[in-house]
Amino acid sequence: MKEQVVIVNYGVGNIASVVNMLRYIGAEGVYSGDADAVLNARKIILPGIGAFGAGMDALRAQGLEAPLKEAAARGAHVLGICLGFQMLFSESEESPGVKGLGLIDGVVRRFQCEGQGLRVPHVGWNRVKPCQGATLFDHERDELRYYFVHSYYADCANENAVAATCDYGHDFVCSVEQNRLFGTQFHPEKSHRFGIDTLTRFVGLPC
Amino acid sequence: MLRSRVIPCLLLRGEGLVKTVGFKAPKYVGDPINTIKIFNEKEVDEVMLADIEASKQGREPNYRKIEEVASECFMPLCYGGGIRDISHADRLFASGVEKISLQTGAFGSLDLVEKIATKYGSSSVVVSADLKKSWMGGYRLYSAAGHRKLPKRWQAFLKDAVSAGAGEIFLNAVDRDGTMAGMDCAMIREAAALVSVPLIACGGVGSLDDIKAGVDAGASAVGAGAFFVYQGPHRAVLISYPKYQQLVALLGSDSA
Repeated sequence: MKEQVVIVNYGVGNIASVVNMLRYIGAEGVYSGDADAVLNARKIILPGIGAFGAGMDALRAQGLEAPLKEAAARGAHVLGICLGFQMLFSESEESPGVKGLGLIDGVVRRFQCEGQGLRVPHVGWNRVKPCQGATLFDHERDELRYYFVHSYYADCANENAVAATCDYGHDFVCSVEQNRLFGTQFHPEKSHRFGIDTLTRFVGLPC
Repeated sequence: MLRSRVIPCLLLRGEGLVKTVGFKAPKYVGDPINTIKIFNEKEVDEVMLADIEASKQGREPNYRKIEEVASECFMPLCYGGGIRDISHADRLFASGVEKISLQTGAFGSLDLVEKIATKYGSSSVVVSADLKKSWMGGYRLYSAAGHRKLPKRWQAFLKDAVSAGAGEIFLNAVDRDGTMAGMDCAMIREAAALVSVPLIACGGVGSLDDIKAGVDAGASAVGAGAFFVYQGPHRAVLISYPKYQQLVALLGSDSA
């Protein structure tokens, strides 16, 4: 049977590209905004593009915050991508006063590197350095590159949750892993064979 | 560090892809799905798809075709053409497009740029400007959909677009389009100094050296059409893209 992955539909995000990539690697992506479907899922992807506040508001308005947290607490594998990754943290400078999911300790901050001649947003392919043992990465390859597009980065307060870093003006955390909770700032669904590999690893995690 | 992106820019006309010269004389160059599949294999940095007729005809994007393209596209896809309302953007983002490019929809008022940036984030909105050389010297903002130069100063248009929330600027040199005669580096230099967001420069690329020149002039990314769809002096249609190692050798991996 094909591995089923529930992609959380809260009205924000380019979910179609995640579904397409899952189909390509032989998994089945089910796009759902149903609280029970999220609650009972064994694998969940939280996608998202856009502003932190808009994303959290939409997730709450659809009544999906509680089921998502409950599923995570119960041991479902959860992968947040881009805004979905940032939403795993407590809050963001992008939308002061809006609480994130708070599943991982840390704050999302804006890049302040215009002074170094670097443009914001950080858009393009950048090299990712995985931490030892990080589950979603191929440690045999000498260079891993993924596609990024973001103006904010996660300032992760829990060192043990850091799965990979990337450099844009300074090192920043571009992937987290905490038990069965994962997140990537980059877009694996848009990162050619590198992304295919990462998503294949996520889908293949034993339940 | 980040390497400057190299972006094939594909022009959609009806169901097929075309290439123009100076925004005129569109020639059929192939089927979009086949082309995207080839670009997947070549591990292209990103793809830009523009419907050159949508705004001209005052119609919405061809959602069915774009969805078809997006479903085969395992690299970032930016789409432009015919977007005049946030609901159009909603449909495009839902179909798998990462970024939306606005031009006609940004002339007059930048409300739409602001709305999309608020809902989807600045990094999802590109504002595109086509510049044409003026007989008086300098450049004028050109409306491809209206076939005319506009009164607004292009410098102000770019700055206002960024203030309204554009996360990237797509700058096209109309006079160089399809010529493969080299990029307008003076234009790129001037635009790059004006805005703090990434600048995608397009128009005139005929060689790897041209790409390098565009990057050296300040472009964060270089777009090209003819260079990636034609081969040889007779412009035979052949889809190509430089190898990763070639791009690293050309552009290094330390430029922003």
